[in-house]
Amino acid sequence: MNPTLALPLAVLLPLAGVAGVVLCRRRPNTRDAISVVAGVALAAVLISLWPVALYGTQIELWTWLPGITLTLELEPLGLLFATVAGVLWPVTTVYSIGYMRANRERNQTRFYAFFALAIAAAQLIAMSGDLVTMFIGYEMLTLATWPLVAHQGTADARRGARTYLIILLTTSIGLLLPAIVWTGVLAGTTQFATGGVLVGQAGPVVLTLLYAMYLFGIGKVALMPFHRWLPAAMVAPTPVSALLHAVAVVKAGGFAVVKVTIYVFGLDNLADSGGADPMVWVAAITLLVAGAIAVTQDDLKARLAYSTISQLAYIALGAALVDPDAVLEGALHIATHAVGKITLFFCAGAIYVATGLTRVSQLDGLGPRMPFTFAAFTIASLSIIGLPPLAGTWDKLLLMEGAVNGGWTVLAGVLLVGTLLSIAYLLPVSIRAFLLPERAAVGAARDDPSGVPLPRTPIQEAPASVVVPLCLTALACIAMFFLEDGLIEPLARVLEGR
Amino acid sequence: MIDQLPALQVVVPLVCAAVCVLLRSAFAAWLLFTVAAVASLVTAVVLTVLVRDGETIGYDMGGWPAPVGIELVVDQANAVVLLLLGVIAVIVASYGRRSIEAEIRPRRVRMFYAALCMLLTGLMGIAVTGDAFNLFVFLEISSLSSYALIALGRRRRALLAAFQYLVIGTVGGTFLLIGVGLAFAVTGTLNMTDLADRLPALEGNRAVTGSVVFIFVGLAIKMAVFPLHAWLPGAYSEAPSVVSVVLAAVGTKVAIYAFARFAFTVFGIDVVFTDLPIGQAILVVGSLAMLAGAAVACFQQDFKRLLAWSSIGQVGMIVTGIGLATAGGVSAAYLHIINHAIIKGALFAAAGILLLNLGSTSLDSMAGLGRRMPLTFGAVVIGGLGLIGVPPTAGFASKWALAAALVEDDQWLILAILLASSLLAMVYVGRVIEVAWFRSPAGVDAAPSPAAEHAAAAANPGTVRVREGTPLLMAAPVALLAVASVYFGIDASLPSGLADGAARVLTGGGLP
Repeated sequence: MNPTLALPLAVLLPLAGVAGVVLCRRRPNTRDAISVVAGVALAAVLISLWPVALYGTQIELWTWLPGITLTLELEPLGLLFATVAGVLWPVTTVYSIGYMRANRERNQTRFYAFFALAIAAAQLIAMSGDLVTMFIGYEMLTLATWPLVAHQGTADARRGARTYLIILLTTSIGLLLPAIVWTGVLAGTTQFATGGVLVGQAGPVVLTLLYAMYLFGIGKVALMPFHRWLPAAMVAPTPVSALLHAVAVVKAGGFAVVKVTIYVFGLDNLADSGGADPMVWVAAITLLVAGAIAVTQDDLKARLAYSTISQLAYIALGAALVDPDAVLEGALHIATHAVGKITLFFCAGAIYVATGLTRVSQLDGLGPRMPFTFAAFTIASLSIIGLPPLAGTWDKLLLMEGAVNGGWTVLAGVLLVGTLLSIAYLLPVSIRAFLLPERAAVGAARDDPSGVPLPRTPIQEAPASVVVPLCLTALACIAMFFLEDGLIEPLARVLEGR
Repeated sequence: MIDQLPALQVVVPLVCAAVCVLLRSAFAAWLLFTVAAVASLVTAVVLTVLVRDGETIGYDMGGWPAPVGIELVVDQANAVVLLLLGVIAVIVASYGRRSIEAEIRPRRVRMFYAALCMLLTGLMGIAVTGDAFNLFVFLEISSLSSYALIALGRRRRALLAAFQYLVIGTVGGTFLLIGVGLAFAVTGTLNMTDLADRLPALEGNRAVTGSVVFIFVGLAIKMAVFPLHAWLPGAYSEAPSVVSVVLAAVGTKVAIYAFARFAFTVFGIDVVFTDLPIGQAILVVGSLAMLAGAAVACFQQDFKRLLAWSSIGQVGMIVTGIGLATAGGVSAAYLHIINHAIIKGALFAAAGILLLNLGSTSLDSMAGLGRRMPLTFGAVVIGGLGLIGVPPTAGFASKWALAAALVEDDQWLILAILLASSLLAMVYVGRVIEVAWFRSPAGVDAAPSPAAEHAAAAANPGTVRVREGTPLLMAAPVALLAVASVYFGIDASLPSGLADGAARVLTGGGLP
């Protein structure tokens, strides 16, 4: 498709989805169909853009303030993030329809409308050609997801949503906005440029400070100590946690970090000045501490949330190492972790729909009863841990290479411990489900007063519209192991030509 | 005809005020006010277009040339203020009819419109005049009419608020008069252009110093710059809705314009910002205002009072831009004058709709109403986001401009304060949104079905009934302002063009 048409379309399609959802609020089936159709159309548009990813299409929208022009731009990294969010959106919508109806959630129109709005914001971030456009999308994404987090309207949900909003807006207004304004004053432009716009415009001290302001200011990447919003957001319905807090929102943070590193600071510029070195440590510490906390969490969604924080640190770490291999890891991890983590959240939701259980310690012996769900959970877990032949393999390898290239041998140890931690927080779920005997309290045992285990456990999965999407994303974890080269190759060429 | 426009800007509302008093019917008075408002807007638009390339239009009142008679002057610095006044006047004309009908006793309505016309006359006059004493006269006209208008508020507390404002406002007016008098004593002229010619020769003169300080303090009271803000919360929250809209949207802004006019073109940057530490003083009080206004707003239980305190913080933001005395700073200040007028206009107008429907503007009475009054609360959300300054609202554009001006001037501390006040705004706006959208209505455990609600209302006629049956004439202006605040956030070229033009005229283009 012609990129000058497709770029605005990527933002407008989800917005049209919002309008459609609101207009058809009286007819739930039509309303939900509109969400799916908008999602499939968006995915098609984005996939059609891949062959032209390297043409460097730019669309100047309009002059916002004197000297600042809002711009859309097609480049490989943005397209990667846009595609991840855009392709997983219709899958999640199908899942949501099953989940929301099975749980009889209220205010479903509001839910789907803000969901589509969040996707539009994510597309705007992905396609942004300058910092102001990116910031506009970034803030829209925060605001559009707030009603989703507060969806239940209970005191708990309101408290969680408040934490969510306060941390994300405090970091973005308090650190990211001044960083962008400062960049604009230093460089005289807010446009992204290959090789960086800050080259030669600032000394090492200013670069170090600015880089820290960007990485902490992009609160969506959840570097400690600004990570609390992510566990707080887990009060949201599971589809929200799945698409937004494993894919669109957190990956918007990861994407923004990588984008700023490459196109604002410039890899060589950062490497020469050492401006990113402090953030390497922040990312490494976040990686380890969040992993350790994840091991201690019994609530499945909370465990996945801390796992996400730890995995996001891989992206920030890849960017802060400013080595081309490591940066490619960061970009690749946006896609591979997204597919893996959305599967895990889908599974958590499926378990909740089918049994009402939310804690890891309650899952003993559920595997045979929900074979598809737990098989998918196991595949996605192994992918996130980084075992072949699964999606997460290559990016861990690239990061290791990048760390050693840059002389950060100690990081090899950090990564090793990080992997061990991910084994410790993910695999026990599958082990409990498949290998431990079922607890008497739930399910079949309740029907059988003698307490004698049934010879064959009947399959009691969640509805098909919940199970099918999670099987698809689990299969994607396998498929991506073989397809990764295609995802990352255009960006690698950009980095070579820097 | 075109030549007479500067005079018509003042004369039309003045004549309408007089005619209003003679009319018998409330509808006729409203019609007359609408005519005055539309005429003002059209005049302002034409004037803005005429001066868009930096021209200055002078007009000698009564045919008497400048040193003897009063001169009216229109350039880019005040055309934008006139335009803003015209827009708000038309908004109020549309919005006010039903609102005034509901809040003001029938036999007072035509006098109310007369006072409203006088308020418009005074504000227009301050903006358009080129004579220092005449500015004082118009300031008193606007003040006196606003005392009367505030006193017409529905609660007895309005009388107290009006009296407070009267006392403080009179002090402010007197200070301004003393300042103008001192300047007249040493220069022998009241015409602003002549003053600007003669004052530089008197550099270091004590009387000039005194004049600057008196005028600054006098106007600071009218601007409600912290710590001279005490009159504002009461006046804004007790006044009838229509008056709140006018005062909050343009009342303080006109005083800010007057100060900028005195500081930059009459006394000159050298006297005000270089010889005297007025610039630093403004930066200090502006920063304090940003923090204090936003912080106190967080603790308010009444929506209008919350908005009033927020205004104190936002005025701090505007004067900070002027205190920087750079082209960027003044331009940012003007941009926020425009954007804040739109945002606060929408919010106070929405508060008026709430008052009409609920009989109260306390936050508790708003619980859970977001879904039942989607238009009003949609405007509240959009306006609130504008106060925080998040994209894509107009507040973001002006905050960006001010932040950039602060960075260029290396004012890092003030930048931090600006951002902190935005975060405080997030707290008070967040409270309102949460109450309206995510809390159940007071005394009801779950959202009741419409039928049950209807039955309850029928059983007890005293019960507050809520419906989005807002009259179209009231809803349309609110929606218009809300849409404008989003539009100017996405494409800020129109307001920023006007602001840049104003800043160029005031700072003479000779500033960084």
